[in-house]
Amino acid sequence: MNIFVCVKQVPDTETKIVPTADATFIETSSIKWIMNPYDEFAVEQALLVQAANAGSTVTVVRVGSSKDTEALRTAMAMGADDAFLVEAQDNLDSYMIAKALKGAIAKSGKTPDLILTGKQAIDDDCLQVPQILATMLNMPSVSVVVGYEGSATDVTVKREIEGGALEVYGVKLPALIACNKGINTPRYASLPGIMKAKKKPLTTLSLADVGVSDADKRVKYSSFQLPPEKPPGKKFDATDAGKMNGVVKEVVGLLRTEAKVL
Amino acid sequence: MAKILVFTELHGTHVKGVTLEILGRLAGHNVEVAAIGAIPSDAVSELAKFGAAKVHSLKGANLEKYSPEGYANALKGFISAGSFDYVFSGATSVGKDLLPRVATMFDAGMASEVTNFVMEGDHFAGTRPLFAGKCFAKVELTGPKPHFVTVRPNALGLNANPTAGAAAASEASVDAGAIRAMIKDIVKGASEKLDLTEANIIVSGGRAMKEAANFKILDEMASVIGATVGASRAAVDSGFAPHAMQVGQTGKTVAPTLYIACGISGAIQHLAGMRTSKVIVAINTDPDAPIFTKADYGIVGDLFTIVPIMTQEFKALLGK
Repeated sequence: MNIFVCVKQVPDTETKIVPTADATFIETSSIKWIMNPYDEFAVEQALLVQAANAGSTVTVVRVGSSKDTEALRTAMAMGADDAFLVEAQDNLDSYMIAKALKGAIAKSGKTPDLILTGKQAIDDDCLQVPQILATMLNMPSVSVVVGYEGSATDVTVKREIEGGALEVYGVKLPALIACNKGINTPRYASLPGIMKAKKKPLTTLSLADVGVSDADKRVKYSSFQLPPEKPPGKKFDATDAGKMNGVVKEVVGLLRTEAKVL
Repeated sequence: MAKILVFTELHGTHVKGVTLEILGRLAGHNVEVAAIGAIPSDAVSELAKFGAAKVHSLKGANLEKYSPEGYANALKGFISAGSFDYVFSGATSVGKDLLPRVATMFDAGMASEVTNFVMEGDHFAGTRPLFAGKCFAKVELTGPKPHFVTVRPNALGLNANPTAGAAAASEASVDAGAIRAMIKDIVKGASEKLDLTEANIIVSGGRAMKEAANFKILDEMASVIGATVGASRAAVDSGFAPHAMQVGQTGKTVAPTLYIACGISGAIQHLAGMRTSKVIVAINTDPDAPIFTKADYGIVGDLFTIVPIMTQEFKALLGK
């Protein structure tokens, strides 16, 4: 099987986000970059499918800045065979990213049997790229997947919907599956894995190489700003057993009379 | 005046609340609503009250259950025939999955999960959170039309549409086309309550809950005030709660009217996921916990004693 994994590199979840002075994006100079957490599940799932289907290859594809290749190196250290990077700024819209991923997959010369992605990237939180890419490739796809089993031709996947309910889908490969937390437990990259990853092939492409231009832009962002700070709230001490009941009664009362939410 | 389609999902005799929120904001435009399946007459009058001029029930074979391909093909056909400028939907499980697919069939762009928007004449300008709400940006769409937008539930609020009148109900037959990813089964979730992303009130537990069984006290409070129960990443990673309950940057981003955080310290990724809640109550033993910087009402104390007292007070207040 030719297995592809699409990954994104995003700021670490503990990052404090600061808009640039001209408000066109965020300051990226001092950010710690990580692989998008949901993409780790996609890489792990690719490696599990590869292990179950002898002779399969796992190729990782990423669109983004070449300043740091952490996400691709991590994926290869976990066990992926090779990688493609489409060099671009880190704030392309979902349509451009999906089109670039499609172009990079075509450039690999391999026809995908299975494409795995995270369900969404935790930077722009759009939850669009997997569905756009599948539509562009005319592939069936299921998103927000928490369960995967099957063969090299047919898979059964579980998609999580409202309230933790699950839709169970039967899908014929080739298909695109977008993974959510819960589908598996991603492995850690071993030290030998990290050393080996340095020698694995990483091909760099430009947006022009994969047929993407400014004409593909669909979404315009501007006026990046921090959310308004809330004025400080009221704080009550209920550590003393004698005050507890009074404090709770007061807060519950305020929820009705002051906050008017009950 | 733009011609706009609002896609909605049916829940028994009702449509999702977010559909009405969107309609209220589109006053003055030519707005139609469509759903897959038969829209009951109660729902038609509800939609009309909020400004829908036409309400379409889309019918066809293989559309009894959601399927990404079937719904996308059906909606694409209907939109092509109606030449709409914009297509809106709530950012629900279906909306988030479906709209990017349909948008791509038109080579068109989409703005995901906006929390606010205005129509400047015929031009859409939205606001959406990025980095799970650590910052916000203005979002606009360019390129081929129609343009697609999903709207976060509970973000706009319900506003009556002053131009509302009666809606004309109609049926249209649509084609689901070939479906290669087909639903075989639906497994119900543990909770029949509103999903976290749609809930009006959320009671969340953190690492201090100590074990899964202790979430019982949050369930009791939640049932008194009609809340959905959530959890922090620390609680989920410790195995106290399933990931479906996780609030935060790698879980669900929520915007309820009231958020009660119990034993949650307030890691930056959690605050990002709940900071747009209208009113926040925090209960924590640590007076310096970061959650208190975002709380409207902070209670320093032990959740295991405070929560049961609060449940009793809620009962008294609500006469239950």
